[in-house]
Amino acid sequence: MAALGPDTGPAQATAATAGGESLPQSVAVSGTEPPAMATGPVTGSVWRRFSLRRPLAALILQRLGLSVGLLFAVSLMIFGGVEALPGDFATTYLGQSATPQAVENIRKDLGLDRPMTERYVSWLGGAVQGDFGTSWASRNSVSEQIGKRLGNSLFLAFFAAIISVPLAVALGMLAVQYRNRLPDKIINVVSLAAISLPEFFVGYLLILFFAVQLGVATFPSTVYDSMGFGERLSAIALPVATLVLVVLAHMMRMTRAAILNVMASAYVETAELKGLSAFRIIARHAAPNAVAPVINVIALNLAYLVVGVVVVEVVFVYPGMGQYMVDAVTVRDMPVVQACGLIFAAFYIFLNMAADLLAIIANPRLRHPR
Amino acid sequence: MTEYTNYLARQVMLGKMNRREFMGRALAAGVALSTAGTLFATSAQAQEPKRGGNLKLGLEGGSATDSNDPAKFLSQVMFCIGRCWGDMLVESEPLTGQPVPALAESWAPSADAATWTFKIRKGVKFHDGKDLTIDDVVKTLQRHTDEKSESGALGVMKSIKEIKADGDDLVLVLTEGNADLPLLLTDYHLVIQPGGGYDNPGAGIGTGPYKLSSFEPGVRTTLEKNADDWRTDRGFVDSIEIINMNDATARIAALSSGQVHYINRVDPKTVNLLKRAPNVEILSTSGRGHYVFIMHCNTAPFDNVDLRMALKYAMDRENMVKTSLGGYGKVGNDFPINETYALFPEGIEQRAYDPDKAAFHYKKSGHSGPVLLRTSDVAFPGAVDAAVLYQDSAKKAGIEVEVKREPGDGYWSNVWNVQPFSTSYWGGRPTQDQMYSTAYLSSADWNDTRFLRPDFDKILLEARSELDETKRKDMYRTMAMTVRDEGGLILPMFNDFVNASTKAVKGYVHDIGNDMSNGYVATRVWLDA
Repeated sequence: MAALGPDTGPAQATAATAGGESLPQSVAVSGTEPPAMATGPVTGSVWRRFSLRRPLAALILQRLGLSVGLLFAVSLMIFGGVEALPGDFATTYLGQSATPQAVENIRKDLGLDRPMTERYVSWLGGAVQGDFGTSWASRNSVSEQIGKRLGNSLFLAFFAAIISVPLAVALGMLAVQYRNRLPDKIINVVSLAAISLPEFFVGYLLILFFAVQLGVATFPSTVYDSMGFGERLSAIALPVATLVLVVLAHMMRMTRAAILNVMASAYVETAELKGLSAFRIIARHAAPNAVAPVINVIALNLAYLVVGVVVVEVVFVYPGMGQYMVDAVTVRDMPVVQACGLIFAAFYIFLNMAADLLAIIANPRLRHPR
Repeated sequence: MTEYTNYLARQVMLGKMNRREFMGRALAAGVALSTAGTLFATSAQAQEPKRGGNLKLGLEGGSATDSNDPAKFLSQVMFCIGRCWGDMLVESEPLTGQPVPALAESWAPSADAATWTFKIRKGVKFHDGKDLTIDDVVKTLQRHTDEKSESGALGVMKSIKEIKADGDDLVLVLTEGNADLPLLLTDYHLVIQPGGGYDNPGAGIGTGPYKLSSFEPGVRTTLEKNADDWRTDRGFVDSIEIINMNDATARIAALSSGQVHYINRVDPKTVNLLKRAPNVEILSTSGRGHYVFIMHCNTAPFDNVDLRMALKYAMDRENMVKTSLGGYGKVGNDFPINETYALFPEGIEQRAYDPDKAAFHYKKSGHSGPVLLRTSDVAFPGAVDAAVLYQDSAKKAGIEVEVKREPGDGYWSNVWNVQPFSTSYWGGRPTQDQMYSTAYLSSADWNDTRFLRPDFDKILLEARSELDETKRKDMYRTMAMTVRDEGGLILPMFNDFVNASTKAVKGYVHDIGNDMSNGYVATRVWLDA
């Protein structure tokens, strides 16, 4: 689950934007555009001139446009997917205790007796105006409920990220500096062990040691409104530790591999011959050239921290978005499923876009392809 | 025997029996004099509950989709929360299951048991300060029965034709006589709300011992003591915190580290490990819920009574209780009633695993080829394993059972009550009548064995309005025998409710009515550090 989540979504998103569209030459990430495009300015539409003058702004605009289309497609897929599941809201919500009359009353009340397309269009109409409707199950406003849950998820993801990202990059650099020596091996073995264990198992181990045996950590990690900031931090300590262990290895190894790759190049050899220290070579010369793949991996992991942590939420009894969406899918609560799905998709799209932009900004060669 | 002395002890605890009475009845029941003395002492000691403290419960079965509208209570967590802030008209006695007064002080049936008059308690206040009136009661019951109702109690309330006030009394007119009506009103959906709850059903305003102070569905709920509670024998802790914990391991970790005082749904597979924790007490209560294998009596090949009988004899019940329930349960006898029900027909021979008889009936049925059994783990915990065990015991009788694992999603709408042979679960009902009416009456929506027997229906309806208990008990015996020997029900086991608490929790009442002390756990226990 952990490995699948981050890998599938963004790959499609990137492919769609990079390959599916005829991007103007100046913003092409790949840098392998056909030479015919060199006549650019002559064809002269407003958009083309704009995209030549302000390549980054054009890219962002284009990506935003595509995102809207992508979100629309996602909403259509979620709707179709939930419809395809066996049983509708009325029967699954009432479960074994359903009576025909109660089922009928709920269907009538929610308009489930209307045809599928009509229901989708009316939902879309509301969503476009920013109204995600009310949850079928609790009859409360979806936006209001999601706000709280999303806040919790971001809170957890934020702290996991500010610990894991610097730690992963630093460990990666350390591993390069001591490559094939003892520190490198220790870092590798430990981080690989952490990623190989399923996240719930890592969670249980932490609970067992820190909450049950030593009694120093707060468990369960439930956060609620009346809780102070300090209490919240102490509540999320264990889930944050679990998430850090889970995402660390991926980013660390990518940092290591990317830097090692660059280290084999001629200009690093030159720097070495100039007599620079090993760390200075890594930090000043190798790292900037290795940053693009690392940023991509970090973006994937950040996205995972927001949208893929339902197992950790369940184990630590943490009220995040993941559990909320699973609960909603279980009873086919369409407005909630749609809203959650769209938010998750938006996060993926946004983080991937940010990763691409950062990669372009960090590497001048991508901005000025030959 | 122990059931009975426990019952006596409970009476002492409730202050309903003094020492002399207790000793007399215990000795008559054959308890040694010294034992009886100690029993009285401990029960009487337990009589003085401590007040105060914050009780924390870690419960499975809540979700973000939970609604605080009593009509829509479905999950275990809402069941428990509703019992904290609200009251029904009638409650059931924990050990005997008899109806006892709650918001209704007393009641009386007409001679044909078709019209019932309830006297409503005076001087009870809702949490918002308003007095409880007959109007609130009438409107509440109407909200659960009107044509727009989405209430979970709709099935229970179906037989009520008219709900009206007669001065300060409530009058219910039924479509036909029902001697068990007061017990139907113990249903946990039927919380009496101000104005019937028409205006704001999810407000959590009731007459219960605790006031709702925060409610986050699927996350956490807190309640504070209601200082104006009309009863003094409940609501001992100052505040309650209910945390939704859907992960079994998380619940156990939280309990054994002392972060919560009580958890529900302890997995029978791990209960023996949990027992070793020094500060933990396992609370196991016999219940009415049962795990079943159901055949449609009107669908080939199960329309053949001999095949049904063969499949019943092919069930190794003892082994099922041992492996599926870890011993926390009782064997079933192919009718849906056990001794926790009032008027239980005693002395019906226990059906046992008998490969020879199974083979005999199987041969007589003339059936050949595999029998397809559909199952899924949502049917009951460990249902797939149980099905495979059954396959094995049937094989020894020469019957080939093919187990098909169905997706859990949609199991209740696509497999259960649709396919001719499947696994399922039944929670108990307050009365025998209701259990049979829900699932064995020809016209019942949930007649999941397609048991279509006009003679059975006739006795069921007669028994319902029969006020003479001896006659009624005889009728229930006949019905039990019919279902057992001719029905499509294979009932290998009744499951116990297995919960656990820390040792600080005192006064837990083992209630046969339902899980978690019939949902009243938080209002009945106290904390003694």
